Amino acid sequence: MKWLKSIFREIVGLFVDDGTFAIAILVWLAMLRLALPHLPIPAVWDGVILFAGLVAILIESTLRRTRQR
Amino acid sequence: MLIYWTHIGPTIVTAFLASLVECVEALTVVLAVGVVRGWRGALMGSGAATLALLCLIAVLGSALTRIPLGVVQLAVGTLLLLFGMRWLRKAILRAAGIVAMHDETAIYTQQEGVLRQTGSSVGIWDKVAFATAFKITMLEGIEVVFIVIALGAGDPGLLLPASFGALVALVVVVILGIAVHRPLSRIPENTLKFMVGVLLSGFGTFWVGEGLGFVWPGRDWSILALIASFLVVAAITVSACRRRAISASQIL
Repeated sequence: MKWLKSIFREIVGLFVDDGTFAIAILVWLAMLRLALPHLPIPAVWDGVILFAGLVAILIESTLRRTRQR
Repeated sequence: MLIYWTHIGPTIVTAFLASLVECVEALTVVLAVGVVRGWRGALMGSGAATLALLCLIAVLGSALTRIPLGVVQLAVGTLLLLFGMRWLRKAILRAAGIVAMHDETAIYTQQEGVLRQTGSSVGIWDKVAFATAFKITMLEGIEVVFIVIALGAGDPGLLLPASFGALVALVVVVILGIAVHRPLSRIPENTLKFMVGVLLSGFGTFWVGEGLGFVWPGRDWSILALIASFLVVAAITVSACRRRAISASQIL
């Protein structure tokens, strides 16, 4: 049973390493799903906005980790 | 649905590279088990895990076909993003010298030490060897299964190219493992992880966008544009982290 627990923990660890980083990605996706349809932005920009937010999260997280070293 | 080479090519390459990394990591531990505890337990453990993984693929594969494509794209895309961006974040930090590099030789030596400390097997059935080989094959294999299913879930026609990429990686690693009989520490695993992180982040972003009903300019070409953009951003972030780490050490 111990190794089953450790496999489960490893599976969760596949997706979540830094909790704040994972939550930020999920919140960003939820915000886009809820807000984008109501904003007067041409549909062609949706993908760009999605990418820009993800990149901002990635840069913030890596720089924050660098500061913590 | 017509699937362009712009979709199939990156799918095969991503599945191959990601699976190569996972197979190399599994091989290191299975080699240590085989050398220290004997090959019977090592091969039986790996074989049992491989069978369990094949069952997992059969169950998940048939379950996914019953879920609407948009839901699958959003769910799998989100998981792929979490998975890929986690890899990319770690690879950036490793490349910038913030986090220690992954070292297969060190892992092999450590695993060898742990296995030698456990008592010798009683009878022909070595539980320690079986459990260790089973666990590592299962853990790394689950990642391969997830990557293959995630890459193939966006379009049923992509499951075969993704499986092909993963299978080629497995065959390459098994052949290399038999040939060199040592951990494959010469494979540039950290560089591979950086590239895989970039590729998976690109795919994850694309599938999430598809799941959310976004209109991608250039359609499938957007995948290549996303991958290229993530690569540029990641390279710039590595330099930024390095500069920040150097300036912080100078202040101290």
